[in-house]
Amino acid sequence: MSQIETFYDVMRRQGITRRSFMKYCSLTAAALGLGPAYVPKIAHAMETKPRTPVIWVHGLECTCCSESFIRSAHPLAKDVVLSMISLDYDDTLMAAAGHQAEAALEDTIEKYKGNYILAVEGNPPLNEDGMYCIVGGKPFVDQLRHAAKDAKAIISWGACASYGCVQAAAPNPTQATPVHKVITDKPIIKVPGCPPIAEVMTGVITYMLTFDRLPQLDRQGRPQMFYSQRIHDKCYRRPHFDAGQFVEAWDDENARKGYCLYKMGCKGPTTYNACSTVRWNEGVSFPIQSGHGCIGCSEDGFWDAGSFYDRVTDLTQFGVEANADRIGMATAGVVGAGVAAHAAASILVSAQRKAQSKKSQSEEA
Amino acid sequence: MTDQTIHVPNPDVDPLRENVLAGDATESDVASIRRQTSVYVYEAPVRIWHWINALGITVLCVTGWFIASPPPSMQIDEATHQFVFGYIRFAHFAAAYIVTIGFLGRIYWAIVGNYHARQLFIVPVWNRHYWKEVIHEIRWYFFLAKDPKKYVGHNPLAHIAMFGFMTLGLTFMIVSGFALYSEGAGQGSWADTLFGWVIPLVGGSQALHGLHHLGMWMIVVFILIHIYAAIREDILSRQSIVSTMISGHRTFKDDDPN
Repeated sequence: MSQIETFYDVMRRQGITRRSFMKYCSLTAAALGLGPAYVPKIAHAMETKPRTPVIWVHGLECTCCSESFIRSAHPLAKDVVLSMISLDYDDTLMAAAGHQAEAALEDTIEKYKGNYILAVEGNPPLNEDGMYCIVGGKPFVDQLRHAAKDAKAIISWGACASYGCVQAAAPNPTQATPVHKVITDKPIIKVPGCPPIAEVMTGVITYMLTFDRLPQLDRQGRPQMFYSQRIHDKCYRRPHFDAGQFVEAWDDENARKGYCLYKMGCKGPTTYNACSTVRWNEGVSFPIQSGHGCIGCSEDGFWDAGSFYDRVTDLTQFGVEANADRIGMATAGVVGAGVAAHAAASILVSAQRKAQSKKSQSEEA
Repeated sequence: MTDQTIHVPNPDVDPLRENVLAGDATESDVASIRRQTSVYVYEAPVRIWHWINALGITVLCVTGWFIASPPPSMQIDEATHQFVFGYIRFAHFAAAYIVTIGFLGRIYWAIVGNYHARQLFIVPVWNRHYWKEVIHEIRWYFFLAKDPKKYVGHNPLAHIAMFGFMTLGLTFMIVSGFALYSEGAGQGSWADTLFGWVIPLVGGSQALHGLHHLGMWMIVVFILIHIYAAIREDILSRQSIVSTMISGHRTFKDDDPN
C-alpha cells in the first residue's frame, strides 16, 4: 500500500462534491458545538491528515453501541466509517471473517504501532481466566490487553466498557470488569450510555481526528462536551418541575399534558448525558419526550441502582429490600417509641422514689 | 471570699473535683460556683448559633422531604408563572447556606470562645475519668444509677452524641449537600471545585442523593433524642438545661459539691 489516503481523498473518490464536503464540515462543527470559525479548520484537517486507524473490539456486550453508531446522522456513520476513520478491524462491521479478520487485527497493530485508536465495546469477564468471553479461540481479555498495548488512546463505548452494565450487575458471576480497571496505562475516554447516542459517538471520533487530541474529560473520564450536564438541566419539561406540576400516574391528565416525570421515578436529575439536547434518531425524540422517564443508563452501576421507576435506591446491603425512606422512618419510629417508653419509665421511677422518700421521712418522724 | 457574700463561706469544700478531672469543668468554673450560683457556659454566639441552626435544620428537613417526595401537583397558573417546587428548592438551598456559614462561624467561635465552646469538637477519648463518667451516665439512663451527677457543660454521653450527630453528621450533610448542589451550579462552580469529587466517590449522583436522604433521617433521629433528653434532664437532673441555651447560665439545683 502506498501513502494512506486523506479523508478528503476518500470522500472525493466516493463521488462526494466539494460543496457537500463543506456542508458536512459545518454540520460536524455544529454537532460538536464549535463556532463557524472551526469549519475551515475541520476541512483543512480532513484534506491533509491521513485517516486514523481504528480497531474496534467486542467483549461481553449486546452490540447496541454498534447499532446506535451506524444510525448517526450528523455525521453519517457511513462517512465516519468509510471516509474519516480507517476502521481496520471490527468483527461485526467488517466484510472479512475468521482467520482473515484476525490477520487484519495483527496487521493494523503491527503497522500503526502507537498510532491507532482502540475502541472497546463491551467488557472483559475476568473470572475463570476470562473463559466467559472467547474471541478467535482466546479469552477476550487477552485480545484487549494485546490490542491496548500499542494503542494511542482507548475509547470505552457504552455502559459496559465504561462501568460494567448488566453483565457486571450484582452478583456479577463472570466478574465482568470495565475497561479502565483492566487497562491502567492508557488514556481512556468513557462514552457511557446503553447505548450512547449515535452523534455523541461519531462526535467524539470526529473531535479526536480534527484536533488530534482527546476531548476535555470530566472527573469520571467522560467528554465534557456531552456529559457535563444532567438530562434534567436541559430537559424541555423543566418548567413543569420548577412549577411543581408532575405526572402522578402513567395514564392521568398530567401525563397527557406532558408534565414532569419526576414522581414517576425519572432519573434525569441524576443522569449525565446529552439526550435532552442531541436527542435520538436524527434528533427526533428522547425517552422523556416520548412520555417515559429516564432510566439513567449512562450512570455508573445503573442496573444495581434499584427500579427504573424509583429515584431512591434500594439498599440491599441491609439484607432486605429497603430504601432510605423506609429505613429512616423505621429508625425514627423505633427511636420515637424508645423515647416514649423511656419517658414513661422515668416518670414511674421518679414517682416511686418520691413515694419512698416520703415514706422514710414519715417513718423517721 | 469577701465578707459581703450572701453564701455561707465554706473554704473546706472543694466542689466538682471529678468534673475537673473528666474535662467537663475548669478551675474558673469552680471559682464561679463559689461566688455565684451559676456558671456562664454558653456565650451569646454559641446560643445564637444553636437557635439559627435549629431553625435552619427544621427548614432543611421539611423542604428536603418535599424535594424527595413532592407535594401533589398544583394548577395555580401556567408553568411559566408558577414556581412552587422552585421555591421549595430555593428554601432548601438558602437554609443550607445559612446552616453552613453558621457552622463555620461556630468553628471560629470554638477557637476564640470560652472553654465550653470547644466541647462540641473534641471528645477526650484519652481521658480515663471521662470514660468513667460516660459509664455513669449510661447507667443513669438505664435507671441503674440512683442519682444523677452535676455537669457544667454537656454530660459525657451527650458530648459523644453531639460530636457524632452534629460535628460529624452536619459536616457530612454539608459536604454531600453541596456536592449535590454543584450538579445544578455546573462544572467549574465553587461547589463543584470543592465538593464535586464526592459524587464519583460514592458511585454516582443517585447514590449520593440516597446517602444525603439517609442523613436527613439521622438528623430527625437526633432531634427526637436531643429534645427528649434536654427536657428530661431539665426535670430530673441536678442542673438547668433548657434555660441554659437561652440565658447561657448553668444553674444547679442543690449545694452538694459533687
